[in-house]
Parts: sequence; structure tokens; C-alpha cells
Amino acid sequence: MSTSMVETAAKFLDLKGLLCPIPVVKMAKAIKEVAVGETVEAVATDPGVMADIPAWCRSTGNELVSIEKQDKQFRFIARRAK
Amino acid sequence: MIATPTFDLQTETAFQAHHNGRAVKNKLSVVVFSGDMDKVMAAFIIATGAAASGMEVSMFFTFWGLKALEKPRQITGKSLFGRMLGVMNRGGLDAIGPSRLNMGGLGRWMFKKMMQEKHVASLPELYEMAVDLGVKMMPCQMSMAVMELDRMNFQPNVTEPVGVAAFLEEAAESKITLFI
Repeated sequence: MSTSMVETAAKFLDLKGLLCPIPVVKMAKAIKEVAVGETVEAVATDPGVMADIPAWCRSTGNELVSIEKQDKQFRFIARRAK
Repeated sequence: MIATPTFDLQTETAFQAHHNGRAVKNKLSVVVFSGDMDKVMAAFIIATGAAASGMEVSMFFTFWGLKALEKPRQITGKSLFGRMLGVMNRGGLDAIGPSRLNMGGLGRWMFKKMMQEKHVASLPELYEMAVDLGVKMMPCQMSMAVMELDRMNFQPNVTEPVGVAAFLEEAAESKITLFI
């Protein structure tokens, strides 16, 4: 069962076709638009997000709820920490 | 009795982590020396990535780097040499070429086309992103004087011209400092 079924993300981002640094920049913008404790869910096609999104979560302190490769897409959820 | 000088790593580290009593911030300082499209792109990608990761970012543009801050389609310079420099080496994010294989502008066109096909953000888009994220962009006063550039020649959002001391103050309180 995917984690995205447990709760509905407050915001959804379509990052398909976008390359570095846009996924990170858009995530940074989106996380500010949800309340603390809420999540942002995103889908990307750039394999770079598998390294970049966890690193971005570590440096910003936001929680990486999940990140997974589905076929040729990368789906991830981050929770706003502060 | 002669006191032997001791090296205390802890004190030393604590000293290095402060600059005149000011703590090192979660901050990035970048010297943009190059005016080449590829290198300026690297500088802006790192700057926007850092700003998106919650870092404060300062970019110091000097020498050829000033070309990146210039408004497009303008003739700069006042003296003969200044004019020559302005005419032969046009500034602006769309006019600067890659450091290799520019081939008189053909390389620049080719790279732009390839990047567009792959949906990579263009330099003007990266610049806008940097502005939105609050990246501070400072032009070097001395280089401006040498190259006969005026603040009017630059894009809006560029700060007042600064010197080496201003940059060093930014760098001293930064976790990361890069020279590109």
C-alpha cells in the first residue's frame, strides 16, 4: 500500500519533464504554501530527484514521508516541519 | 620559564566559526568571475538550489561576470577601448556564449536549443528564480570602472556597487564560498 493513500496531500505538484534545479525550487515554494504538518506530494521524471529531494529535506528540516520510483516516474511526499 | 605555545583545536575551531564575534550563518557566497554562459548557469543553479534549501545567498559579480548582469541590446563604454569592449563582447544573459565551442555564436544557439528541448531552465529563467528567492546580487565597483559600465547598464534587482571588503564580509559569515 502506498503512503499517499493514508492521507491526502494538501498540495500536489506536477514536476514531470523538469530538470535541476526546478524540482527543488518548486518544492521550496510549495512547502511554504501549506500549513505546518501538512504535506506536498509531487511526481517527477528527472532521476536526479531521488538524491536531491532527500538532501533538500535534510537541509531544510522538512520530513520526507516517502519517495519511490514508479515505472519511469518518481513520486514523493514531504511534510512541512516549521 | 618560557611558555610553550599550545594549539587547542577546540578553541581554534570556535574561533574559525566566528567572524568578529558574529557566527557563521547558513549562507552561500559566490564569486561570479566568468561571463561564460555555462559557468554563469552553474553559478545560478547552485544559487537558486541553495536559496530553495533555506540558505541566504550572496553573489558577487566581478570582471567578465558583470556581462551576466547587463541589460540586453545596449552599447556600453565611453572611451574608444571601452566602446570596443562593449561592441565586441555583448552582455546580457541571452548574449553570453559557452566557454567552449561557441563558434562565433553558433555554439550558444545550439546549446540553447538543446537545453530547451530537454526543458532545462534558461539563464533568464534562472535569473528570475534567483530574484524571486531573494538572492542578493552585487556588482564589483572596480571592474565596473575598468569596463566602463554604469549601474544603469545592469538589470534591476542588482545592488549598489561594492568592493572587496563588502564581499569578504559576506564570505566570512558564509558556510560555503565558491569562485566560478
